[in-house]
Amino acid sequence: MFGLTPLETEALRLSLLVSGWAVAGSLPLGLACAWLLARRDFPGKTVVDGLIHLPLVLPPVVVGYALLVTFGRRGVIGGWLYDWFGITVAFTWKGAAIASAVIAFPLLVRAIRLSLEGVDRGLEQAARTLGCGPVRTFFTVTLPLVMPGVITGVILAFARSLSEFGATITFVSNIPGETQTLPIALYALTQVPGGDEAALRLCVISVVVAFAALTVSELLSRRVQARLRA
Amino acid sequence: MLELSVRRRQGDFQMDVKLAAGPGVTALYGRSGSGKTSVINMVAGLARPDSGRISVDGRVLFDSESGIDLAPEQRRLGYVFQDHRLFPHLSVRGNLEFGRNRVPVAERTVDFHQVVEVLGVGHLLDRRPSLLSGGEKQRVAIGRALLASPRILLMDEPLASLDSARKAELLPFISALAGEFAIPILYVSHAMDEVLRLADTLVLMDQGRVAAAGPLEQLMSDPGLRPLTGRYEAGAVVSAVVAGHDTAYGVSRLTFPGGTLLVSQTDQPVGAKVRVRIHARDVAISIEPPERISVRNVLPAMVTSVTPAGSFLVDVVLSVGGTPLWVQITALAQAQLSLKSGMRVHALIKALTMARGDVAGVRR
Repeated sequence: MFGLTPLETEALRLSLLVSGWAVAGSLPLGLACAWLLARRDFPGKTVVDGLIHLPLVLPPVVVGYALLVTFGRRGVIGGWLYDWFGITVAFTWKGAAIASAVIAFPLLVRAIRLSLEGVDRGLEQAARTLGCGPVRTFFTVTLPLVMPGVITGVILAFARSLSEFGATITFVSNIPGETQTLPIALYALTQVPGGDEAALRLCVISVVVAFAALTVSELLSRRVQARLRA
Repeated sequence: MLELSVRRRQGDFQMDVKLAAGPGVTALYGRSGSGKTSVINMVAGLARPDSGRISVDGRVLFDSESGIDLAPEQRRLGYVFQDHRLFPHLSVRGNLEFGRNRVPVAERTVDFHQVVEVLGVGHLLDRRPSLLSGGEKQRVAIGRALLASPRILLMDEPLASLDSARKAELLPFISALAGEFAIPILYVSHAMDEVLRLADTLVLMDQGRVAAAGPLEQLMSDPGLRPLTGRYEAGAVVSAVVAGHDTAYGVSRLTFPGGTLLVSQTDQPVGAKVRVRIHARDVAISIEPPERISVRNVLPAMVTSVTPAGSFLVDVVLSVGGTPLWVQITALAQAQLSLKSGMRVHALIKALTMARGDVAGVRR
């Protein structure tokens, strides 16, 4: 594929797989959190808000280590996942996706929340008087109106996932073909003598992927914005 | 039939409203801040009364005693907001069908094509709301509310955000609604010209309370309600039928229970029901029947009441064949005529004073 070496193909595939799942998996929860923060007042809201934003300010290594402790085979959640479903996430690509999701989550929530706060509540009221319950109103009116925010959040989170390094390497280590994403492969190459040229190639691949993601997001949100202009 | 009796406290503002709205258009009229919008928000379920009861056609929507409080989507009412509130992500057709799709086919009482035709939005169906003019947006919003097959249509100053040209364009559509679709309308407004044009029943709101309610003609002819019906609007409203036009002289003849009125020519067809606004200052009273006079309308009348209005004015209410007519004369004139209730007099109205703007067609 475009003259890529097997190592590069594998790292690129893993990066896209991990980032894709990280974003897709966290999107429903991200929507729910954004909605709660934008629309509801509840005791402990500040704490929840803080917790969601924590990965933004913590060193990723801390997040990775916390994940290792909780999601490891003997961790609280990891042990439960293994006992009941036979699922292991530590040292697998699934773990890498979880690490990326946690790190990128604040970006996702923030973008959607801002967009939700900008939605005209009057339109939701109108939908209610026209016979839509709260849930249907959310899916037929609110969600389409926050689509630009959702797209921005998804792309930001996807881009952040692509560049995820610290939490990933701490939680799932560097296993070629399993957890060795682009940044980790790049890091590994810089650690061996004579890896400079290959590292440079990975650099270029990373730039191309990131640029493509940004372009797609820009085009998408332009199209959606044009449709929504009131 | 909407029946409502509610109390609600909003900060320092205490609302205590009782009203009923039957067939036709019921106008909820009052100054801004008198609580009009709160009333229809409570009917729609967008605001919650502290106590009371709301029912439509016998179906209870809210009752604090039995703890009933239906969600807005369960109330089956149409709500036309002041700001159209069209869904920007849907086409005009999508907006129109939004409420309709939530109504089971068997319960749909309003026909899509009829709405599109009456509101004249057929050529706009595939457009986005952003590409419509203000008047078109509001027409689509009305259509959207109607297509939800509502038991009553609530309209919150639907013309307030439009300029006068758009307003004039939209008024006939709204006045056609109650007749075409047989849905009662509760119409909130603080513009008397809209109320005169549209309303059958008038509910006057003042500081969170209903100050008076009744047929429009009756309330408008009551000088006691003048502080609420508006200082510059003082005048009676008379229902009449167009009997004929005299194009050569540019006048129209209208018949009403008190006789015949000659007015500046109207564009309403012969046989049309109209409503004429007669300003209290434009009517004169003569005790003897005047002869050889330029005034074209000389109507035999009886004095119903005489009340001083301020230091130099006197409000006189006449009964012209049962139709109340409100007249303002100076205190000086009253000093010379000594009008008393029960006196037989003649009401003098110049045809010219009743021009096109004062004669409005009434649907049906």
